[in-house]
Amino acid sequence: MSNFTRRDVFKLGAGAAIVAGAAGRIAPARAADLTFTPEKGAKIRVLRWKQFVQGDIETFMASTKKFVDATGVEVRVDTESWEDVRPKAAVAANIGAGPDIIIGTNDDPHKFPEKLLDLTDLADYLGQKYGGWYDVCRTYGTRDQRWIALPQGINGSCVNYRISHVKAAGFEKPPQDLAGFRKLCQNLRKNNTPAGFALGHATGDANNWTHWCLWAHGGKVVDEHDKVVLDSPETIAALEYAKELYPTFIDGTLTWLDPSNNKAFLAGDCSLTGNGISIYYVAKTSSDPKLQEIAKDMDHTHYPIGVSGRPTEQNLMLQAYVMKYTKYPNAVKEYLRFMWEKEQYDPWMIASLGYVSQPLKYYENNAVWTSDPKAKPFGEVSKLVIQNGYAGHLGYASAAVMGDFIVVDMFAEAASGAQSPKDAAKRAADRARRYYEV
Amino acid sequence: MAVESRPLAPPLPLAYGWLERLMQSRNLLGFLFLLPAAVLLLLFLTYPLGLGIWLGLTNATLGESGRFIGIGNYLSLARDDVFWLSVYNTLLYTVVASVLKFGLGLWLALLLNQHIPFKAFVRAIVLLPFIVPTVLSAVAFWWIYDSQFSIISWALVRVGLITHYIDFLGQPNAARASVIAANIWRGVPFVAISLLAGLQTIAPSLYEAATLDGATPWQRFRYVTLPLLTPIIAVVMTFSVLFTFTDFQLIYTLTRGGPINATHLMATLSFQRAITGGRLGEGAAIAVAMIPFLLAAILFSYFGLQRRRWQHGGRD
Repeated sequence: MSNFTRRDVFKLGAGAAIVAGAAGRIAPARAADLTFTPEKGAKIRVLRWKQFVQGDIETFMASTKKFVDATGVEVRVDTESWEDVRPKAAVAANIGAGPDIIIGTNDDPHKFPEKLLDLTDLADYLGQKYGGWYDVCRTYGTRDQRWIALPQGINGSCVNYRISHVKAAGFEKPPQDLAGFRKLCQNLRKNNTPAGFALGHATGDANNWTHWCLWAHGGKVVDEHDKVVLDSPETIAALEYAKELYPTFIDGTLTWLDPSNNKAFLAGDCSLTGNGISIYYVAKTSSDPKLQEIAKDMDHTHYPIGVSGRPTEQNLMLQAYVMKYTKYPNAVKEYLRFMWEKEQYDPWMIASLGYVSQPLKYYENNAVWTSDPKAKPFGEVSKLVIQNGYAGHLGYASAAVMGDFIVVDMFAEAASGAQSPKDAAKRAADRARRYYEV
Repeated sequence: MAVESRPLAPPLPLAYGWLERLMQSRNLLGFLFLLPAAVLLLLFLTYPLGLGIWLGLTNATLGESGRFIGIGNYLSLARDDVFWLSVYNTLLYTVVASVLKFGLGLWLALLLNQHIPFKAFVRAIVLLPFIVPTVLSAVAFWWIYDSQFSIISWALVRVGLITHYIDFLGQPNAARASVIAANIWRGVPFVAISLLAGLQTIAPSLYEAATLDGATPWQRFRYVTLPLLTPIIAVVMTFSVLFTFTDFQLIYTLTRGGPINATHLMATLSFQRAITGGRLGEGAAIAVAMIPFLLAAILFSYFGLQRRRWQHGGRD
């Protein structure tokens, strides 16, 4: 382990818990301030996911500069597409050199938890000050009761739909039950305003909706003991459901990649899909009157709730973790604390235009959700998300199963009729076993 | 500092003889001249290849060096449907694309070898698909094949030949045909221009002699052009097969191996397992499994197509 110096000041008020403000708004609790004194001459390197919107990185860099000016710590920020951060993080952890802070995704910190700096003090402080972490953030951030990563937010996905087309199909808004949702998709098809969900190797979109569908029917890849239980009646029910949905989709979903549904929705060809806020954002800010019309006629809602009676959504978790090899643990923690405090985090969320949903409950109040009611559902996804690899542990196997598109392929096989739901489930279970039962 | 000047002493006879003899040695000189190339080969070819083979025998993950597990990865792959599907896809992709690229390339080369106006310009134009970066042309094909925006479907609908947009990449066999077509489009210029270079080395006097002997155009092609072109064909097709077999960018941009892994090639599956999935050992094993196929292609080309007797119009 590198030369870890004790932090200088760490005082947490004993009773500093969540304090709810007026009208249910969560106000920051009066947790005693926590600061870490950066090491002399500290220089830190940050590797983070490449921005979805320009405002994100501009605000992130402006806040970083504020930190540099205030502390004298040198900070270098590099960005990579989020899928490329993953291998770099693994290599950095293995060879013990590279960026001090990595802001990556999903299961990554759980692949090398022993190589990561304990962030429990910082996470506890932030949790107490800002209304607590959402459950899924705690799951992604902790391992054996120890915080190994600081959730930065969730790249939320919601059901995007055309208001007038859904109304024409006989519904005020997309129903929140499975049967109603299927009926809506069938009616949309009849009206020649079809829905479309990606079934190709679309890392974000395809994984999001297929995992939702699997979990909504009570299916799961593994149980609590990481035993593969995918080949189950619940999974087959989910696949039967997808098989009924698939004929209602617009043509070509079997090979849709992440940008495909954005293109089809913005062209007016697809009337309901699962996506982040990007479609709406592009339509709203476009100077093309046709796209502005789509922005006016579209809205967002959550995926239906299935047999388990609870929301079962899958989304991309963004989180920061610190390599133990860092020479400047205090500078690194102080930087993270600074960036997660409301003075920096609030404007960053606003600049991110709703692409990132908050990990801490206090930020539910953020103006990005209240200024435009159509963005509101994205502000709620943190409450609804289940971690990848549910109900098992996060780690190499859960990451590999998603990386190998096992759940997506299973749905694609069953939905398109290439395999029966029973065979598709069995084949996927065999594939998952190769990762879980080594 | 003072410099002492003294006349140059003659070299010691013993040392002189030793160095002289050494520098005269053909073996040593040969070794010295070979050394830089050998070091480069060892460092940049043998070492990565060896490392790849070794990784294929371990359970290494991204970030962990893993331990030796013998042929565990291969046994596990042998039971993996997706792997076998990728082998089938790769063979189909390589065979169909290579044969068509050869046919079209040879045809194009023969045409370009005729006296046509703006010859140099036309030859330069033909090379364009090969010059455009693969990723760019793949993105163009991604739009061309799009299920909603395809220009082909749009044009056919406008003309009235079809009523529904074609789902080029949506069905397994249609997707395979589409990616093969894109690969052919990109690969034909390389074959054509290389064969054209070969055609131009054939002495016109041979054709004149054949014509005087009353040979038909087909006979001139069959008994003059083809035998003399065979060595070039062997080299060009070896390269073409290797490029096609190891194709990655086109598939990754167009389909990422979908729909339902119908276009996954061994190279793309290897990447998906090793980098996206994090199982470096298994990904390496898939890559190593490509070697026997590649070796077979090279051996076929060298020991088959390059037979002297065949080249001179005889039979085996």
